[in-house]
Amino acid sequence: MNRAAAAFYDLDGTLVRTNLVHAFAYNARNQQGLLRSVSKTVATFLSVPLFMAADFYNRRLFNDIFFVRYRGESEDRLRYLADELFETTIRPSIFPGAYELIDKSRQLGLRQVLVTGALDLTVRPLAKHLKIDDYVTNRLEFVDGYATGRLLPPVMAAATKASWMRIYAEKENLNLSDCYSYSDSMSDLPMLSVVGHPTAVNPDLRLRNTALQHDWPILDLR
Amino acid sequence: MRERAPKTLRGPVPRNKEDDQVVYIDNDSAPRVLFSGEDLLLEDLPIGTRVIYPKPPIEGLANPGAAIRYALNHPLDAEPLYAQLMPGMRVTIAVDDISLPLPPMATPDVRQTIIEILLELLDANGVDDVHIIIANSLHRKMSEAEMRRMVGSRIHNAFYPDRYYCHDVEDPDGLVHLGTTDQNEPLNINRRAVESDLVIYVNINFVPMDGGHKSVTVGLADYQSVRPHHDPETMRASGYMDPKRSVLATKIERQGQLVEKHMNVFHIETALNNRMFAGATAFLSKNEDEYTEIDRMKFEALKWTLGKMPAAAKRKLFHSIPAQYQLIACYAGKTEPVHEKILARCFEQYLVDVRGQADILICGVPFISPYNVNSILNPILVQTMGLGYFHNMYRGQPVLKKGGAMILTHPCYDEFDHEQHPSYIEFFNRLLPETRDAVTLHKKYEHEFAHNPSYIEMYRRGIAYHGVHPFMMWYWGEHGRQHVGKVIVAGAQNAHVPAILGWDRAESLTEAIAMARSFVGPSPEITMMHHPPIVMADME
Repeated sequence: MNRAAAAFYDLDGTLVRTNLVHAFAYNARNQQGLLRSVSKTVATFLSVPLFMAADFYNRRLFNDIFFVRYRGESEDRLRYLADELFETTIRPSIFPGAYELIDKSRQLGLRQVLVTGALDLTVRPLAKHLKIDDYVTNRLEFVDGYATGRLLPPVMAAATKASWMRIYAEKENLNLSDCYSYSDSMSDLPMLSVVGHPTAVNPDLRLRNTALQHDWPILDLR
Repeated sequence: MRERAPKTLRGPVPRNKEDDQVVYIDNDSAPRVLFSGEDLLLEDLPIGTRVIYPKPPIEGLANPGAAIRYALNHPLDAEPLYAQLMPGMRVTIAVDDISLPLPPMATPDVRQTIIEILLELLDANGVDDVHIIIANSLHRKMSEAEMRRMVGSRIHNAFYPDRYYCHDVEDPDGLVHLGTTDQNEPLNINRRAVESDLVIYVNINFVPMDGGHKSVTVGLADYQSVRPHHDPETMRASGYMDPKRSVLATKIERQGQLVEKHMNVFHIETALNNRMFAGATAFLSKNEDEYTEIDRMKFEALKWTLGKMPAAAKRKLFHSIPAQYQLIACYAGKTEPVHEKILARCFEQYLVDVRGQADILICGVPFISPYNVNSILNPILVQTMGLGYFHNMYRGQPVLKKGGAMILTHPCYDEFDHEQHPSYIEFFNRLLPETRDAVTLHKKYEHEFAHNPSYIEMYRRGIAYHGVHPFMMWYWGEHGRQHVGKVIVAGAQNAHVPAILGWDRAESLTEAIAMARSFVGPSPEITMMHHPPIVMADME
């Protein structure tokens, strides 16, 4: 009997133009109190080169220095802002081709799964909007309703994504050889490598070269 | 064994000729020039080898514009075009894509000349709701630069991108189900064309399988509509350059009746001469025995230059030399009578009387096919050129005897264009090592490739051939594959590409001929088809 298959998508840069920093900057801009908003926004803006350098070097290092910025944020407020963030920032940033890609993929009978390092709070409305069947995200640790600045394990990045996909496929009786995977970043090489149909989407230079070497399709959804 | 002179092009010598286009190699014949991808080979052929040359170009029409206007005003089985036009009507001009002619012709392209005349006429009759659609079907969409080159800047600037665009077989809102034939073959056609009061199809008949009902029923259709006749069974059944005997043409004609019933199509067909090479490369069309000193110098200079260039640069060079084709006929009106007239002119240009089949057929595979303009002739397309196009260049019966040996000259490099041919890569590397059987590939994998979301998006948003296209290219070779006993590729730079294609490899043409001889037996009849330009053997 043929087993089912799925399409696994990275999110930031793959299906949407925005990334983790955009979401954080939105929260920073909408702090309670003008002074707090300004200071958080400026601090975020000044940290962008650091974030970029860290991400270029290693996604895990980026996670370590990035999510700590959420320390002290109220869970209620983050949840409250998430829907607003989706409507004002994320929804207009969805690549036009993303709708078509998901639609064609669904027509092929593939289960639609997001595998992303973004936060569950921001991904939930987007997943609903794109009619995604399943998703796995990073989750902030909250104590007494406030973020500690740490992520709950498993932290979704690099090899962890591939590992989660393997476990998911086993649990859901999916044949990974028939599955599709889409990402824009070299850090997602493991996630692309575990399926039978990997595709580089809007790839950075390193991933583009890797895709060319491996003869993977290269898509531009922008 | 008799010693042969070194490979140099010698001057004119007496030779034994059956007619002007069929030449037999004798003691004093010059070596022959063959394409091998982006290289030129100079090869001594065994004495007695028959070489079939293309006919010299029919002289082009002195005033193409006048000929086109005459055709529009004196159509076959239809009212003159001006009499069909009314202010406010909706008109769609559909036009053949970049797959023909090959190489792309020097500007102005004949399509530009025709469309300019059409637009003047439409404007004069108050028709301003006009779209120009490239009927690319499952072929890749053309880039903006290619589209501009095809129709000229004036039309491009006025119509692109809203009213001048490529047909999209995957646009969910862009197709209309026109009906189903009595053989259960569905036909879905471009919505804009179906909903137009008049469709004017602008065709170039580069080979006899082009044009006729195929223009609309394939060019403006989708995968579901093309599938019933672009399948292994249909391709196995017959050759396809001889429309009267072609099962493919018969099936397309059935769909054509649906178009006739539901759409108002005014067909403009054109025939070009085979002036593929002119100026500095004109010698490539000539019989080597008739080369002048200048021709010999040009050949040596070109060969030397190509020998010093990397493959990519050679490719770029060849693709940048436009062909100097000239219009030799233009007819307009109802699809079938127009097509018949144009086919007659095509055959007049291409057909050469040939008597008797060959045991060994030699073809030099050039750098270009309809499916790699500005790109690489990848291994699947080498197969398409050999077993598809060259094998089928006949009327009546194949040039090669059933079970004979076909020798192709090509480097068979393992190179693919990631932008244009992404699904070809997977087809070649994943499927062919498992099976070369077209029916198995069709049943087991075609659906997967046709619906692969990545390939669909690359087709829609980029310049990639549709995911299913390599299957059709493989089926294209099916008639040849069933007929030919052995394919030997001479000069292949690696062993694995010929092996994956199911072919034998030889270092040189001489070795390939020796291998072919041992396969077909002693004293074989050897024939070389001197492509390009196009030549078809009239075996009737």
